[in-house]
Amino acid sequence: MNLFLVNLLLALAWVALTGSFQPVDLLFGFLLGYGVLWLAFRSTRSKRYFSRFPKVVEFVLFFVKELLLANLRMAVTILSPKMQLRPGVVAVPLDLKTRAGIVFLANMITLTPGTLSLDISVDRKMLYVHTVWLEDAEKFRSAIKQEYERRVKEIVEA
Amino acid sequence: MQEIVIMLLMLLGAILIFLAGVGILRMPDVFLRMSATAKAGTLGVGLILTAAALHFNEFGIYARVIAIIFFILLTAPIAAHIIGRAAYFDGVPLWEDTVQDDLKKHYRISDHALYSGELPSEEFLVPQKEADDFSEEPE
Repeated sequence: MNLFLVNLLLALAWVALTGSFQPVDLLFGFLLGYGVLWLAFRSTRSKRYFSRFPKVVEFVLFFVKELLLANLRMAVTILSPKMQLRPGVVAVPLDLKTRAGIVFLANMITLTPGTLSLDISVDRKMLYVHTVWLEDAEKFRSAIKQEYERRVKEIVEA
Repeated sequence: MQEIVIMLLMLLGAILIFLAGVGILRMPDVFLRMSATAKAGTLGVGLILTAAALHFNEFGIYARVIAIIFFILLTAPIAAHIIGRAAYFDGVPLWEDTVQDDLKKHYRISDHALYSGELPSEEFLVPQKEADDFSEEPE
């Protein structure tokens, strides 16, 4: 995480030195800083930042895609005269161990329309998710685990 | 060109928020209603804010918009989780066509703690009330 802060500082330095305080310049400075840090730190012990950063970008893209698709599906459901609903509450077993990881996962699940994380068991082993379109509980569980939990794990607990 | 993009974003955001409103009216139970609103609202607000930022095109506005979206993404799910949880052990019934309810018998009524294992006992049965607060005369 320290490298991320250094990266931000480098971006700020770039903006200050070029004297143009535009969002595009800040982004460019960040990318330049990322490249410089990669050159400097790629062979040292702190290279975790570089393996993690592309995964964060991938996760953001994946999440935006899911958000758009699910919103579309929700819009169709709400507007259709006879709503196609098969709601259910499904218990999803968790592999994540850290609090931060579980909070992150639960938030992501809730933000995707159609699914809502209701609660987590006191031993933090089960996440109870309410879903609007439940076709098959096993499929739903494995979808959550494959699509979301795997990615969250790579970012938070790798 | 930019004007068109801004208009489209605003329109899309407004449509999403409108759909969330329609969803509240049409959905059959609390949990489905929350599914319809909490999220559609988030994306809708996000799109409208993005449009505003593009329109003003200033660094200060961008920073604020990013901060607002970040905090909405952080807080909206927590509110949804707390409302859903409270509704569940307040005995709000799930919709009659609900396919599956894994939460049943997992809350201990005395302290509202949630246990994941199989614990079938009376202590864990949340009573579901059929009458809701909106019907004028319970039958």
